[in-house]
This record gives sequence, C-alpha cells and structure tokens, in this order.
Amino acid sequence: MNKKSFGSRLVAAPYLVWASIFVIVPLVMMAYFAFTDSSGVFTLSNITQIGKYKKAFLVSILYAVAATAITLLISYPMAYFMTKMKVSSQRMVMIIVMLPMWMNFLIRTYSWISILANTGIINTFLKSIGLKPLHLINTPGAVILGMVYDFIPYMILPIYSVMSKIDNSLLEAAADLGSNAFSRLRRVIIPLSMPGVISGITMVFVPSVSTFYISQKLGGNKNWLIGDAIEYLFGAGPEYYNVASAISLILMILILLCLAVMSRFSGDEEGGVIV
Amino acid sequence: MKTFSKIYVALIILFLYAPVAVMVFFSFNSGGSVWIFESFSFDWYKGILFDTAMMEGLKHTIIIAILSASAATVLGTAAAVGILALRRKIFRSFATTVTNIPMMNADIVTGVSLMLLFVFFGRMIGLSESLGFITVLIAHITFNLPYVILSVIPKLNQTDKNLHEAALDLGCTPVQAFFKVVIPSIKTGIFTGFIMSFTLSLDDFVISYFTCGHYQTLPVVIYNMTKKTVKPDVYALSTLVFVVIFVLLILYNTVQTKSEQRRTLNA
Repeated sequence: MNKKSFGSRLVAAPYLVWASIFVIVPLVMMAYFAFTDSSGVFTLSNITQIGKYKKAFLVSILYAVAATAITLLISYPMAYFMTKMKVSSQRMVMIIVMLPMWMNFLIRTYSWISILANTGIINTFLKSIGLKPLHLINTPGAVILGMVYDFIPYMILPIYSVMSKIDNSLLEAAADLGSNAFSRLRRVIIPLSMPGVISGITMVFVPSVSTFYISQKLGGNKNWLIGDAIEYLFGAGPEYYNVASAISLILMILILLCLAVMSRFSGDEEGGVIV
Repeated sequence: MKTFSKIYVALIILFLYAPVAVMVFFSFNSGGSVWIFESFSFDWYKGILFDTAMMEGLKHTIIIAILSASAATVLGTAAAVGILALRRKIFRSFATTVTNIPMMNADIVTGVSLMLLFVFFGRMIGLSESLGFITVLIAHITFNLPYVILSVIPKLNQTDKNLHEAALDLGCTPVQAFFKVVIPSIKTGIFTGFIMSFTLSLDDFVISYFTCGHYQTLPVVIYNMTKKTVKPDVYALSTLVFVVIFVLLILYNTVQTKSEQRRTLNA
C-alpha cells in the first residue's frame, strides 16, 4: 500500500463523521448548557454555583487518590509475582484477574454489602467467635474499598503486561555488574515498568473520581461524591441540566488536567495511542 | 520468597473472588436475604424466568450488545484502514483525538454529554420522549468504536504491505484485494475488537443509564432493583450471566491459542 489510494482514505470518512457528531458535538453541547440558563441565555451563574459542590469535589478527589494509591501498592507486587510464574500459569492468573471485570459491576459492589453489613458475613463471624461487631458499612473506608475492588484489574493488567516484556538479560547484566535484588528492582524494574504504572493509575483514578454507584451503596448517604451530584441533578429534571452540565464540565477538565500531568510523567510527548 | 509470592497471589485472588463467591452462594438461598442463609434451593433461578422486567432487560442488553458490537466492528475496521491511509497530519491527529476521548473521559461525562445531545435534538424536532432504543444503540456504538480501531490497527501494521500490492498486480480490484488479502490477515484483530465491544456493551451501566430512557438494559434494571432491598434473584441472574461470559471467554481463549499455535507452526 505504498500508493495509498483515495478510496482507502475515504473509508475513514464515516467514522470521522460519526465521531464528530457523537464525540465532539456532545462535549460542545455540554459546554453550551454549562454557560447558559434554562432559556438559552448566556450566564456564568452555573459556574459560580459550583462552590456549593466544593466539598463533593474535594471528597471525590481525596477518595480517588487514596483508592488509586492503595490499588497501586497492592497491584505492583502482584504483577511482579505474576511475571515470575511459569508461562502457562501466567496466562491462567491473567484470565482469573480479568474474569470479575466481566461480571456486572453493580452486583460486584452490592455483594460487599453482604460482607460488610452490620449483620453481614464479617460481623456474624466476629460475633460467633465472641468479638464485638465492627461498624464497616457506610464509612469512607467502605467506599474506598469498593473503588479498590472494582478497579484493581485495571491496575494489575497494564503493569503486568509492561513488566512481562522487560528483557531478562537486562536483569542478568545488572546482577553481573554487582547490583543486588533491591537495586535491580529500584534501578531496572521500576523505571522500565513506569508506562504500565502510569496507565494503571489513570485507569483507576478516572472511574474512581467519577463514580456514583459505589458511594451510594457502600457509603450510605454520608459520602456524597461528585458523580452522585451529577446523577442526582440530571435525575431531578431539565431545569437542573445547566448546573449539572457545569459540574460535568469541571469534572472533565479536572480529569484532563490529571491525564496531562500523568502523560508528562511517562515522558510520552505524543500522547497518542494510534500513531 | 517463592512461598511468599504464592500466598500473595492467592490472597489477591481471594479478594477478587470473595464477593463473587458470596453472590453465587446466596443465589441458592431459599430465604429472601442476601446475607442470612436459610437453605439450598433453585427457587430464585426459576423465579427470574418469570420476572418480566429482568427478562426484558436481558433481551434489550443482548440486542444492543450484538447490534452495537457488529456496527462498531464494521465501522471501526474501515476506520482503522482509512486512518492508516490518511496522509494529512491534521486529519491523523483529529482521528487520534476523537478515538482517545471516549476512552479517556469518565463514563459519566460521556453519558451525560450524549444525553444532552439527544435531548436537545429531540426537543428541536418536537419529540416528547427523545431517549430510547436508537439513542442507547448510538451511545454503545460510540464507546465501542475506539476499542475496535485500537485492536485492528496493530494487526494492520503487522501485515506485509507487499501482499496487497501483489494481489493488485495479479489482477485483483482494490475491493477484492481488501476482502481476500487484507481482511484475512487482520481477522484476529477484528475478532478481538468484536469480543471486546460485545463484553463492554453487555457490562456498561453508566452510559446506558443516561441514554436509554425506557429501553432499559439489564444493568439499568439491576440498578433500579438495588435501589430497593435486593433479593437473591438479582444474584441468580448475575450468576447466570457470569457463567455465560466465562464460557465465552474460554472459547475466545482457545481460538486465540489455536491461531497462535498455527502461526508458530507456519513460521
């Protein structure tokens, strides 16, 4: 295909048109709603009203950062140990890690209520061995646990896939040159696995900071996140669309900023997945 | 060290599957609670067959998953071929950007922005109910497309470009060459894209929730059910869905492994 025909370039056209209408226009629409009132007149009042949701924003970011950090701490050794297994077992463990992702995420989250509830599995067990029941459900901890649980495969898999491609001869060379296990980890494995870590962090942080189901089910109504605010306002009726759009817009900008910072870290100036 | 790593991996797997085990276990509960087990029964499994809301939701989910995955596969494969043929830098970077946006953006933002578009146009053409089958289908095709494109493009890059030219030299028309040479060499990528789209569509809750209107898919039905107290019937249904996906995944893996074996044999 050295001489790329006009025809083969044209087959991208339906997609580009589709993506313009259903990816770009909706975002423009969201910005339009965010800067107008319900009769379509330009206003900044939606943006200034966001101050009311400052706490939800802060709590969302705090929980998402905590969940992402915990997920990373748990996943990194997991991915490392996976690469040390036999190739056939690596494949199997990978499927085992991926499988829960295909189970309905609402139910996966909901099952934690069965485990954490005041009369749930953990507390029934504690009672049966004569200990005091713990208050686990409807706490910030439960929400963060839900985030970690729901999104941990998105952290394990990218780190594992980058780590498994690290050339073993590099580690041998490092060992030959006198570096011990710890310094091999610090100076060879960690730097080379950074791209996986970065994509893992973004894949966990973005859904965590924008979730609304986990907080509703595991946090009771005490842990209101920004996703809950958006869901609530859009459900409340068309007169709230403008404020809800403004919040969504800010959330999107926030996420894009985080992604930009992350891609700076990974040193990937292109930032493009395709080219 | 070896034992420590084994225990660690086992603990993570335990963590991943504890809620799954809880779900499967309580789906066989004869009582109505999802944390107090009474005795073993299949009643909830029988019950879901007669639950019209769930069965409707399941039907909608399967229809949307099949249609959106098929449409995204066709459109996305064509897009992948076309994007690689694009020469103008501006078109290429536009294509890269619109492909990345739905993958990077939070689902809730994708969902609400699509909903705003549908509601806005619905109002413009005077529809009283602008959300439904068409809108949820469009939404699913939109979020599936990037995954198809990104699984086809690497395969296209791997194929020998001379093959296509050889086919043209031997008298194929460009269209024939495309279907007889290009498609067979990227079919694993196309298949991966289809399976990914299908499972993403099956599992999507957030985007469907904002775009489906009365055409509720199963996750939306489940969401509405979990607003009230949950009975084990939701667990029974999820267990069934889990088993189906498990079988699909095994199937997919055997196909993958076989094609890999064939490749190594040929090489």
